[in-house]
Amino acid sequence: MKPHTVSVLVENRAGVLSRVAGMFSRRGFNIESLAVGPCEEPNMSRITIVVNGDDGVIEQVMKQTNKLIDVIKVSDLTERESVERELALIKVAAETGPSRAEILQIADIFRAQVVDVGSKTLVLQVTGDTEKIDALEKLLRQYGIKELVRTGKIALLRGAKTVKSSK
Amino acid sequence: MKTGAKTLIEALQREGVDTIFGYPGGVVLPIYDELYDSSIRHILVRHEQAAAHAADGYARASGRVGVCLATSGPGACNLVTGIATAYMDSIPVVALTGQVPTGLLGNDAFQESDITGITMPVTKHNYLVKDAADLDRVVQEAFYIARTGRPGPVLIDLPKDVSTGQVLEGTPVPGTVSLRGYQPTYQGHVRQIDKALDLIAGAERPLVYAGGGVVLSEASAELLEFVETAAVPVTTTLMGLGAVPGDHPLNLGMLGMHGTQSANYAVTECDLLIAVGVRFDDRVTGKIETFAPNAAVIHIDIDPAEIGKNKKVDVPIVGDVKAVLQALLRRMQKRGDTANWVARTGAWKAQYPLRYRDDDRLRPQYVVEQLSDLLKGEGIVVSEVGQNQMWTALYYCFRKPRTWITSGGLGTMGYGFPAAIGAHYARPDMPVVDVAGDGSFQMNIQELGTVAQYQIPVKVVILNNMYLGMVRQWQELFYDRRYSYTELPPVDFVKIANAYRIEGITVEEKAGVREALETALATDGPFVLDFRVEREENVFPMVPAGAAINEMIGVRQP
Repeated sequence: MKPHTVSVLVENRAGVLSRVAGMFSRRGFNIESLAVGPCEEPNMSRITIVVNGDDGVIEQVMKQTNKLIDVIKVSDLTERESVERELALIKVAAETGPSRAEILQIADIFRAQVVDVGSKTLVLQVTGDTEKIDALEKLLRQYGIKELVRTGKIALLRGAKTVKSSK
Repeated sequence: MKTGAKTLIEALQREGVDTIFGYPGGVVLPIYDELYDSSIRHILVRHEQAAAHAADGYARASGRVGVCLATSGPGACNLVTGIATAYMDSIPVVALTGQVPTGLLGNDAFQESDITGITMPVTKHNYLVKDAADLDRVVQEAFYIARTGRPGPVLIDLPKDVSTGQVLEGTPVPGTVSLRGYQPTYQGHVRQIDKALDLIAGAERPLVYAGGGVVLSEASAELLEFVETAAVPVTTTLMGLGAVPGDHPLNLGMLGMHGTQSANYAVTECDLLIAVGVRFDDRVTGKIETFAPNAAVIHIDIDPAEIGKNKKVDVPIVGDVKAVLQALLRRMQKRGDTANWVARTGAWKAQYPLRYRDDDRLRPQYVVEQLSDLLKGEGIVVSEVGQNQMWTALYYCFRKPRTWITSGGLGTMGYGFPAAIGAHYARPDMPVVDVAGDGSFQMNIQELGTVAQYQIPVKVVILNNMYLGMVRQWQELFYDRRYSYTELPPVDFVKIANAYRIEGITVEEKAGVREALETALATDGPFVLDFRVEREENVFPMVPAGAAINEMIGVRQP
C-alpha cells in the first residue's frame, strides 16, 4: 500500500468531477488528495488524484476511471519521473516579539512567502512536495496554527513526455 | 423552426425506435403531444419502474436499444431500479426523463430531482440537455454509447424549456459519433490470442465458462463452434443460459451457487478455464480462492476493467467476444487431448442429474419441466427473482440465446412481468411466459392493467408457495427455521386477473398442470396461472455463502 499519483485528463464539462469522485467513493478507492483545474487545451481539464492502494486496487482505479465516457486519458505518474507540487496557505499566530521573528526565519528557510501580515497573525504561502509542507506545518504548530489550507497535489511528467489524449 | 420535442422524436426515429414504454406527467407534456402524431408506438405502463423493465426486456429479447420515458421527479426516480437492473446486466437502454425548466434547476421546484446525479452510479453515461440545439447530437451519442462496447443504460434528462425550445429546421445532424474518451476495443490482441491457443492446445482438462457477454455480442454460433472444434466442455452462468443449447452433450449446465454438480466439479478440477463474456460474480465463484484453483485462466471480455477484477488472469484478451472467438477459430491449429476429460465430465452429468422428489404432489420443478416440454425452446421465458428464477434456470431447457430473460446482477424482484411486456413487443412472433413467485409478482402486479389494455399475450406462471421462498429457504437452512416475515397470506391471483378482465386458472394438483399450461398458451390474450405448489420445496443444489463451489448441499455426494 502506497500513495499513487494519478493524472486524469477529462472533458471540461459540468459534472465531470462529480462522476470521477463519485466513482472513487462508490468503489471504495481511498482519495488522499484531489486537485482539478483547466489545462493547456481549453475544452479539457486535468485532475490529479493521490490514491492509496495495493497494485490490484491501483489497476482497478486506472481501469474504472478510464471507463468513464468523459475521461480522455489516465496515467499513473508514480513509477515515472515527475514533478509534484502542492501549495499551502498557513495562518499562524504571531504576536510581535521574538516569535514573529522566529516564524519569519523559518519561512525564509522553507522559501515560504509572507502573503499577509496582521497584528496578531501572519499568512505564509508555501509550495513544494507533501513532505516539505508537512515539515513546515509541524514546525509552525508550536506557535499556533489558526487556519490552514492545502491545494492537493498536482504533478507533471519530467522532460518532453506528456499525458495527452492519444485518441 | 421546430420544437425540441419534435427534434427529439425525429432523432429517436433516426435511431430506429419503434416502441417507447412510458408514463406521462407535467414537464413531458410537450413530448407526449409530439408522440401523439408520431409513428412511434407508446405503451402506457402503470408504474414507471415497469417502463424501465419493459425497455430492458425489449432490449434483451431483440438485441436493440430499449427506450423508456418518464416525467421529472417521482417519475424519473421510479425508473432508477429498472435502470440499475439494466446496468448490472449490461443491457442497452435509453431512459428519457423530463426535468423542470432550466431556470428552475436547483431550486427544489415542484417535481424536481437531480436525476443525472441520482443515476450516475447506475448508468453507463447520462446527459442533462440544456439547449434544444444539442438534442440531435445527444440522442445520437446516447444510443451509440448504450449499444456499443460493453452495453448499458444511458439517461437523457430533458428540461421542459428544452422540449418547447426552438431548433432551426434543417439543422444538419452530426454524421458519426466522435467521443475521444470512449473508444472500445473490439479486436483481441493477436499475441494474446496465440498465447491462449497455446494454453488450449496443451490443456488436458479445459473448461469454457460462458456468460451474458456471449448473448450480448451475438456470439452463440462462434461459441458452439469453438467448443466443438476444441472439444471443450462448457458451463454457463445464469446470464449465459441459451448461449449454448441446453441439451448439447458438452454443456454441463449452469455453475455457481445453484449450479449443477457436473459444472461445479468441472470448475474445481479443470486445468484451464476459458472465461468468455463473464465477470466472475460472487454468486458464480463462491469463495474466490477455491474457484478453479488449479487452472490457468484465459479471460475474454470487452470491458478491460472486468479482467483481473475478481480473479487473477493468465491471458487477458480485451475485445468483443464474437470477434475474439472468430480469431481463435481462425488461428487454431491444434487442440488438446481432452477425450478423457470430456468422458469424465459426461459421466458426472449422468451420475448427478438434477433431481427432485417427483411424487404426486404439485412441485414447482414439475411445472417448469412441463413448460419446457411444451415450448421446446420456441418461446421467450422471463423470470422474476428467487426460487422461481432458479427452478426455471435449472429445469427449463434453453436452446437459443435471447430466449431467457432474467435479472441476474441486481436480482430485482418485480422485474419479470414488465420485462415480459417488453419482450413481447421485441418478438411479437414468440410466446412469452413470465415464471413468477407470488412475492415477486406482487411487486409489479399493477401491470395487469397494461397487459389488459393492450391485450398483450404474456402468460404469467405463478409458482405460488405463499412465502418469499428463497428467503424462507435461507431461514430454513441457516436461521433455524425462524421464518421472520417471509410468510405471505393466500392471494386469489385469478380473481385479481379477472378484475382486470384477464383470464386465469388456479391449479392445485399435479394432474392439472399440463392442461392449464396448454390452455394458457392457446389463449390469444394475457393469461394468469396460479400454481399452488409444495410450500417448503427448496432449490438444490446449493452452495452456502462463503463455501467453495464444489461444496454443495442437497446433493448426492460423490
